[in-house]
Amino acid sequence: MELLGKTRIDFIGKRKISFIISAIISIVGIIGVIQVGRGAANMGIDFSGGTAMQLKFSKPISIADARAALHKNGIAKADLQEIKDGNKLLVKMAGATVGKSSEMVQAAFKKEFADNAFTVESSTEIGPSIGNKLRKDTLIAAVISMLGIIMYIAWRFDFKFGVGATCATIHDCLAMFAVFYLMNKEINLLFITAVLTIAGYSLTDTVVVFDRIRENLHKNLKGSMNTIFNDSINEVLSRTIVTSLTVVLAASSLFFFGGEVIHDFSLALLIGVLVGTYSSVFVASPIVVLLENRALAKKAKTV
Amino acid sequence: MPKGTGWRISLICVFVALSFLYLTPTLVGTLPSWWGTFLPKDKIHLGLDLQGGTHLVMEVETQKAVEGSLDLVATDLEDTLSSKNLHYKHIARDGEDKVSVVLYEKGTAETVQKLIKDKYPSYEQSPIFDEGGYAAFTLRVSEKDAQERKDKAVQQALETIRNRIDQFGVSEPTIQREGINNIVVQLPGIKDPQRAIDLIGRTARLDFKMVREDISPTGTIPDDAEVLKEKSVDPVTGAVTEIPIVVQKKSMITGDLLTDAQVRIDSQFNQPYVAIEFNSLGAKLFDQVTAANVGKRFAIVLDNNIYSAPVIRERISGGSAQISGNFTEKTAADLAIVLRAGALPAPVKIIQNVTVGPSLGQDSINKGLYAGLIGVLLVVVFMAIYYKLSGLIADLGMVLNIVYLMGALAALGATLTLPGIAAIVLLVGMSVDSNVIIFERIREELKLGKSPKSALDAGYDKAFLTIMDSHITTLITAAVLFQFGTGPVKGFAVSLSLGVIINLFTSLVGTKVTFDLFLHKGKVKKMSI
Repeated sequence: MELLGKTRIDFIGKRKISFIISAIISIVGIIGVIQVGRGAANMGIDFSGGTAMQLKFSKPISIADARAALHKNGIAKADLQEIKDGNKLLVKMAGATVGKSSEMVQAAFKKEFADNAFTVESSTEIGPSIGNKLRKDTLIAAVISMLGIIMYIAWRFDFKFGVGATCATIHDCLAMFAVFYLMNKEINLLFITAVLTIAGYSLTDTVVVFDRIRENLHKNLKGSMNTIFNDSINEVLSRTIVTSLTVVLAASSLFFFGGEVIHDFSLALLIGVLVGTYSSVFVASPIVVLLENRALAKKAKTV
Repeated sequence: MPKGTGWRISLICVFVALSFLYLTPTLVGTLPSWWGTFLPKDKIHLGLDLQGGTHLVMEVETQKAVEGSLDLVATDLEDTLSSKNLHYKHIARDGEDKVSVVLYEKGTAETVQKLIKDKYPSYEQSPIFDEGGYAAFTLRVSEKDAQERKDKAVQQALETIRNRIDQFGVSEPTIQREGINNIVVQLPGIKDPQRAIDLIGRTARLDFKMVREDISPTGTIPDDAEVLKEKSVDPVTGAVTEIPIVVQKKSMITGDLLTDAQVRIDSQFNQPYVAIEFNSLGAKLFDQVTAANVGKRFAIVLDNNIYSAPVIRERISGGSAQISGNFTEKTAADLAIVLRAGALPAPVKIIQNVTVGPSLGQDSINKGLYAGLIGVLLVVVFMAIYYKLSGLIADLGMVLNIVYLMGALAALGATLTLPGIAAIVLLVGMSVDSNVIIFERIREELKLGKSPKSALDAGYDKAFLTIMDSHITTLITAAVLFQFGTGPVKGFAVSLSLGVIINLFTSLVGTKVTFDLFLHKGKVKKMSI
């Protein structure tokens, strides 16, 4: 079976549109990263410190009632979120003190909803010092892995391809931040893990495309850069799509069936894989074309 | 058989056998007794997010330990000077690292300085200076000693906490030091986490102090006394009342002189209390103190809260006493545990507490496995439809991957977390990727008119570098995540990095050898791809 026959799509010619799209994505992503850096985004308590609890009630409970109950018992600032299946409630309190807040929430609900018993499915309390340390460690981890990947790219590819691959990788990471920022999803340690995983993975598609382009560049020096690049991308298009498709299949089964704990994590992976496929065709390759053409023009001038 | 196939097949089979060998303890509930003697018995551990349990990070307030030992030095100096008839005005800890000594005359100060030099050689003494007409100087603990004291405090805290947890009874707890001041405690499958946390985090410093009936708690409190509170809970209404009591600052006897503590039930009121036994020194002191103070009250103070303040009716020899208060059987049992296990050398602060209930853990396991199964099925079916027989070979490679990965996790005694399961599912998708790259290449070579055998070889050769690239970059991030991640993230990194390495083997050796077996001798005219 073949998904796509021989295609003749002008990918490079569409670079104006794709660059605009990618620029918007990247700018939103950068805003997201800056907000995360300022702590203004929806930060997970593992970074901000605080308390998060997941409670399972025996009867349905409305968020408004729950909030009123907490207010009445002196807990003014809490994020509440409902999990649809099984009367579950997520309570998040940023910056709350370790040891007290979880007990206070339990006491409040016990008092106000005496006829609606609940169990604590999970509770996480993180002090500010741990949050700070984690933020620092995560930043170091992100910087080291990005450096590692860039160094590997630099070693494997020549400069122009290296720039393309690096831009595509960074673009993919920014896209994940952009989507999570726009959807106001929580930025936590698992999200960062997903971003770093995608940073490592997104290169797969890029490499598949680049290898073919290099092969064709060696074979055929007559055609214009745009034609060689377009032909190469078209030749490996089905491969690019199928490799992503298998990972998408796996990631979406996690997303749909993996449960609430890794729901956002699988969403991040899914976005990353999809954007990674897009970027290897529409970001990485056009950047290399631009650089190659510029180099050619310079050469023509000097000769 | 084609050349070089034999050893590759044997390698694959040996790995499969090893994987199942290592997986046996995980899969089989109870192993025969001979198994452990010469076969691996490590299991894949489940992380707390899957098993349920509590993960605590505690910070030992080590500065308090230094201050505590300075307080001791001050008290000891007071005693020594009094016994030698050297008159002093004031000796007390001053700030974080000093003891200040104020005496009436310069001459005495010089004698005292000499005495201290012999007794506490490691302390730095300041020159004698004049302070409002008195001769004063300070003792400073050296940086190195303070550091040693802090280090020892964390070590002692670790031991004490381990003792308490052992006595509380938790199966397979993990208690270890992390960084300079932190202690990490993991209690898998614990049912009443709050009780365990209270038990572990309590300083449990026990003091017996004389009550100063002559001073009113609302009036001015002299230097050598302090106001502590006795809490009492009304058994009917549950209302808490606090009664302030003035006690002597210096303790007569401390909890480190205890040898035992047990819960007993008062037969008269059916009320639990804690019976304590002193060691010989403690018993002697207790005997002396009670003999000298018949008719007076003393307070039993735990972590600066008065538990009870009974009147000494008669001299108590024999070294046993009892602590009564408003106990339930549980609180009495917990108090007995902390008293037996000893006090923490410094207070600890819980800075991280992650508790997962057992129901959520089981739910996560079920959902993770379910998602994994669906992911595997989707990929298997897709590959079989899209690449026909070759797709099935890729599927075989994927199954090998999973078996090897589980075997490797078991062999390393690694911890499987929910993100770890996610990594395995993700690897299902990634492991067929390598084969997709190879297959597409083979299809192209076939289109160029090559024979199946040479198309296969060309496909593998040309796809090799591409596959290496994608694996190495994933491995870089996995390694970094492993280094910096904690808990669930570490589980993810372990699964991911092992999976990537294994995948490299199965896609380059495992599936290739299967093809070679089918295609050797060039009998196959048409490849099912």
